[in-house]
Amino acid sequence: MASGSVADQEGQVMLLGFWFSPFVRRVEWALKFKGIDYDYVEEDLTNKSTLLLTSNPIHKTVPVLIHNGNPIAESLVIIEYIDEMWKRNPILPQDPYERAKARFWANFIEQKVTESTREALLSQGEQQEKKVKELKEAMEVVEGEAKAKLNDKTLFFGGGNGVGYVDIVLGWTCNWMETIEEVGGFKVLDPESQPQFHKWMANFREVPFIKPTLAPKEKLVEYFRMVRQARLGLVANK
Amino acid sequence: MAEEEVKLFGTWASPVSRRIEVALKLKGVQYEYIEEDLTNKSPALLNYNPVNKQIPVLVHNGKPVAESLVIIEYIDETWKHNPILPADPYERAMARFWAKYIDEKFWPAAMKIVVAKGEEQKGEIDEIQQQMKNLEGELKEKKFFGGESLGFLDIAANIIIWLVVAQEALGMDQILNEEKLPVLYGWLQRLLDDAVIKECVPPKDRHLDLCKVKFGSSIASK
Repeated sequence: MASGSVADQEGQVMLLGFWFSPFVRRVEWALKFKGIDYDYVEEDLTNKSTLLLTSNPIHKTVPVLIHNGNPIAESLVIIEYIDEMWKRNPILPQDPYERAKARFWANFIEQKVTESTREALLSQGEQQEKKVKELKEAMEVVEGEAKAKLNDKTLFFGGGNGVGYVDIVLGWTCNWMETIEEVGGFKVLDPESQPQFHKWMANFREVPFIKPTLAPKEKLVEYFRMVRQARLGLVANK
Repeated sequence: MAEEEVKLFGTWASPVSRRIEVALKLKGVQYEYIEEDLTNKSPALLNYNPVNKQIPVLVHNGKPVAESLVIIEYIDETWKHNPILPADPYERAMARFWAKYIDEKFWPAAMKIVVAKGEEQKGEIDEIQQQMKNLEGELKEKKFFGGESLGFLDIAANIIIWLVVAQEALGMDQILNEEKLPVLYGWLQRLLDDAVIKECVPPKDRHLDLCKVKFGSSIASK
């Protein structure tokens, strides 16, 4: 292995985040999975710090990883960076074809599950129905993939007992999906038609470095209710 | 050397399909190209990409890869000469960040411009101009985003060529003009002049006609 202390090699790692953000949690899961020390800075959404605004001038949001003063934004981009900088405990597979499959699924999840859930949260009536329908279709695909890949010996998409890239990308569903369903007034999660997915969520929640990061549901419900009302209020006033 | 079988399922007018052709040509990889009819998708395409049923799909020795940016990274990792992504992890992160920006912010905005009208269109034009200014900030003094030669972000930004052609087809003033965006304009000229890119854009006349058919009706109906 390389010489020099681990701390020297790691340099200074800072993560700017919001407590309620599933995208920030993803980055934390990647950092914790690798055993990387980092300073966490809780940002105030209503009063963003100069550091945040200069580190991510394009999107002005979290997560932002700052490594030795160099900022990186976008959770999936950050996770790949972490995986390339710290080689221990790989998150993505080593083989190019397996990596391509993992990236494909990450893309699918972001576009069809994450985006659709966000849009369902921020809409109502016909518009919301459309998004919920899309989301249900996407979950069928996810369940199909879970059925194909997971079993009693392979608990996670990363293979064996270890989480991998796809687990980290999909992981927000294990805590935030129920919250958003409650706030948005729709139902997508269904243990009967999604048994493998529900098993995966249950296993993911219990992973020792993940469990403590999951914010209490009541707090999340309160926060996302506020977000939904603000957005619908804006739409109504147009 | 093992026998390599590389197939690309694509369409002639799709920028994301053409991206893959650029990547394969930069690497000098021999491939079989299959033109898909999206109104009548082949069983092969549906078999290789059952989830999205979309092009492009790269099939390497029977194994399919879908999603254009995912395919390009696969090509870069499989054929290691003439690298497309930078070697440094931070620079790779920057290339990925901006490629994502192009697909998630720029492209939807570009699509809106060709169908929007009046005030709404003006708003979209302002938005795209700002986005292009942001891209200029990433390009700086370089010949291409990838440096001296085409890189990941140059390939992803090929969509800009499609916007330029669509604007020409609709008789719109070019958003990407030398006066307002000199840095990106210079890059575009170099891109259009590049030997590989030239082979990977739709024939201009056919492309203009297609744009008029696809987007022209929204103007004619007013």
